[in-house]
Amino acid sequence: MNRIALFLPLALFAVLTVVLLLGLDKDPAELPSALVGEPFPIFSLPSLHDANQMLAEQDILGDVVLVNVWATWCFACRIEHAMLNQLAEQGVKVIGLNYKDNREAAIDWLRKRGDPYAFSIFDERGGLGIDLGVYGAPETYLLDATGTIRHRRVGVVDDRVWNSEFRDLYAQLVSNKR
Amino acid sequence: MRLRLPIGFILLLAATALLGSENLVQFSDESLRARYQVLITELRCPKCQNQNLADSDSPISGDLREEVQRMLEQQLTDSEIKDYLTSRYSEFILYRPDVNKTTYLLWGSPVVILLIGLIAALRLSRRNTAQVVCSGRTEIDHETRLAELLKSGEDDK
Repeated sequence: MNRIALFLPLALFAVLTVVLLLGLDKDPAELPSALVGEPFPIFSLPSLHDANQMLAEQDILGDVVLVNVWATWCFACRIEHAMLNQLAEQGVKVIGLNYKDNREAAIDWLRKRGDPYAFSIFDERGGLGIDLGVYGAPETYLLDATGTIRHRRVGVVDDRVWNSEFRDLYAQLVSNKR
Repeated sequence: MRLRLPIGFILLLAATALLGSENLVQFSDESLRARYQVLITELRCPKCQNQNLADSDSPISGDLREEVQRMLEQQLTDSEIKDYLTSRYSEFILYRPDVNKTTYLLWGSPVVILLIGLIAALRLSRRNTAQVVCSGRTEIDHETRLAELLKSGEDDK
């Protein structure tokens, strides 16, 4: 009994080492998603291109879509934009959520860099952002045809992220819809 | 004459302190302010790694402070406000999360560690008293042995 007890600190140390090593792989900046599996929040906001045109959650339903949260003040969005253009060319429906931005600057940005968005929601005060739990742009949500959030990515979506996190789920959701 | 500049400087500093003490957040009912202060210190900024809403300068924290204020004005209870935020930002946002299956280790481990410490301390203190008794006994043994030796030495003479 005493001999086993002598190894107890070593065993504890081993367990702690494993736990801490596993912890190294985790990104502390990443929040657990509270909205995956939940319906997209209800909203009523103007379109980015036309202040008189109101958009609501019904406009998102019916298709498998990506909702991309972006802003002209967001540096990483510049890097992401080419990827979004590419996805839109491949036939992925991308909806823009312009987050706490300046309308003219945002329209100008899309004119210069290309507009991958089927339409853009203009969330000037960030109210929809709060309902979505947005804490920084860019963020990208994958929604199924019923408007349920199926995946969320905080940060840039590039080739690697698309292939590892989105592609298969997207294909599966599209085939489910048919 | 030489003092004028430092005094002017000190007055300038005092003026900035005055500016800072102004109440920037307005409430219709001042009793809400105390709850507001508690809530923004217990709620965590989702963007920053270890700051609460009160400390953080990030835009999202400003927005969430406004949300908290708005909900307080709408007469929501503290737990309703926390539910509203956790349904959007997950439990990450609570510095004092509820006890549930993901947080029982967090809440329970201090108690467990304290118990382990207490047990260890008890056992160690018991062992120490046992040693004192033990060494006391050997001392007596030594004395008797010494007496025996002395006696036998005397006999040898």
